[in-house]
Amino acid sequence: MIKYICKRLIYLVLTLWVIVTATFFLMKKLPGSPFDAERFNMMSAQQQHVILEQYGLNESLPRQYVKYMGNILHGDFGTSFTYTGQKVSTVIGGRIGPSALIGLQAVLIGLAFGLILGIIAAWKHNSGIDYFTMIVAVLGVSVPNFVAAALLQYYVALKWGILPVGFWTDWRCSVLPSVALSFSATAMVARFIRTEMLEVLEQDYIITAKAKGLSPMKVLMRHAVRNSIIPVVTILGPIVVNLLTGSLAVENIYTIPGIGSLFVDSIKANDYSTIMGITIFYSAFYIFVVLIVDIAYSLIDPRIRLAAGREA
Amino acid sequence: MSRLLEVNQLRVQIETQHGTVQAVRGISFHLDEQETLAIVGESGSGKSISVKSIMGLLPKNGKIVEGSILLEGKDLAKYSERQMQSVRGSDISMIFQDPMTSLNPTMIIGKQIVEVLKEHRRDMTKAQMKERALELISLVGISNPEARFDQYPHQLSGGMRQRVVIAVALACDPRILIADEPTTALDVTIQAQILDLMRDLQKKIKTSIIIITHNLGVVANIADRVAVMYGGQLVETADVRDLFYETAHPYTKGLLASIPKASDKGSDLTAIPGTPPDLMEPPKGCPFAARCTKTMEVCRQYPPKDMLCRGTHRARCWLLDERAKALRE
Repeated sequence: MIKYICKRLIYLVLTLWVIVTATFFLMKKLPGSPFDAERFNMMSAQQQHVILEQYGLNESLPRQYVKYMGNILHGDFGTSFTYTGQKVSTVIGGRIGPSALIGLQAVLIGLAFGLILGIIAAWKHNSGIDYFTMIVAVLGVSVPNFVAAALLQYYVALKWGILPVGFWTDWRCSVLPSVALSFSATAMVARFIRTEMLEVLEQDYIITAKAKGLSPMKVLMRHAVRNSIIPVVTILGPIVVNLLTGSLAVENIYTIPGIGSLFVDSIKANDYSTIMGITIFYSAFYIFVVLIVDIAYSLIDPRIRLAAGREA
Repeated sequence: MSRLLEVNQLRVQIETQHGTVQAVRGISFHLDEQETLAIVGESGSGKSISVKSIMGLLPKNGKIVEGSILLEGKDLAKYSERQMQSVRGSDISMIFQDPMTSLNPTMIIGKQIVEVLKEHRRDMTKAQMKERALELISLVGISNPEARFDQYPHQLSGGMRQRVVIAVALACDPRILIADEPTTALDVTIQAQILDLMRDLQKKIKTSIIIITHNLGVVANIADRVAVMYGGQLVETADVRDLFYETAHPYTKGLLASIPKASDKGSDLTAIPGTPPDLMEPPKGCPFAARCTKTMEVCRQYPPKDMLCRGTHRARCWLLDERAKALRE
């Protein structure tokens, strides 16, 4: 197990290196520069030279790359171009909190409601609640989260005045965006657990469980749920990453200072170091979650082994 | 002697998209204390559905429409789901065909055994339950029970898993053990071991067994009495000796003739030509009439009555009627 995790961590670093390299060169290919073109051109050649040198942009691309990689290895992600003088890590650190909180809450809401809906739907297959769940699932997947966000904001916040319309002052501000983001997760989790569960409920060991004289509830909770949860764990990885790394639309609608809007702003501004920083952060987070998911598999299903040579 | 189990005129219907299947059409049989009854028949003859209705485990679209299932005088057919839960696993338990799929893959086997005790033996402490589970594991012939207790089904072989399934079924010393083709999915050598085990255990814990099979070798090996099922009806019921030596029904004769013998090397296998009747629209006469070699006019028109041959040997065949005596010879 420990050996397996170490191996996976080495893969993690290798994958990150490939992603960082690709992003670095692609980003430099973007037209424009971090500086305001009009004002930059008004400067004298000497001034331009000083500025470029200050940001290390006067050197050749391979040299910049080597230097950047060296800095990363020392944990230095550079300074932001937009937020003058601020470290990239500080900028990201200041923005990740709200996104992570909203994302985490959305994941928990989605997981809880999705599981409950999906399990009941499978248990009462072809009943009213089953059809209801499927409608919720289709809506949840097909209605964009900004529509849900706008509707919630209009009714719950503006018309009924139950929760704040936006901004980021206290925890209550995080409720509506979390709910808005949770719909798609609810829908996906419900759909996956329902499908898998319908199959599991047909299995022989479910009949064995019934033949033991267990009540339907015990059959469901002890024998069906654990055997149906694997596909949910699989999709949970991407869902967690998606939600925790922030959504531009929802953050904009509720004026939340999150990382989703930071990412888009930094790309618009050619803020090289911030783009790199966020990319590395996203990628590392994603790969890490995938690793956690793989470990979770083996905890849920004893037939899945993390033995060497099997993971390929 | 009062009967342990008595099934009277049981009719079971299954609703499908294409219509109603008359899966079981008025069968009656009984089971005595410590007796082994084999129910024999081909696929679709209704044998599995019959025992599932005893367990109250019919599929959602299946329903008992007529008849009674008396367990020591109490009619299980009238029991609610909750009442059946207290019967299942305690008074009557069941083992299934495929040991590879009938254990929960994500639960250690010890827990799967303890679970039945938890359900029906509320007075036992946790430690007692574990002790009983270990005792059961060694009772079914698995060595090193302590280690096996914590293992998952995938760590055991097929024969071993069927032993675990039997241990689960026997946990609460059931009055009746229903075995639905318990050896079909196993290797021939393991089959014999499992049958031996069931016979031994029956003596030890004094349970009655209903075994469903399509293998007459299994019948000869383990059964006291045999019920032959065809087209949703019992066509012949007899002591195991009578069934093999005084066979009354042409269908049973056909079954016996189709057992391959070691002596007829190289010759083709004997089979009963034709296919079983469609139970969506069961024939109005004898269900076997279309495939029988001795069909008479009456067979196609009127269902034969249940007739007594000798002692407790009964069969449903017009050939046994007084008026057909000449033909019988």
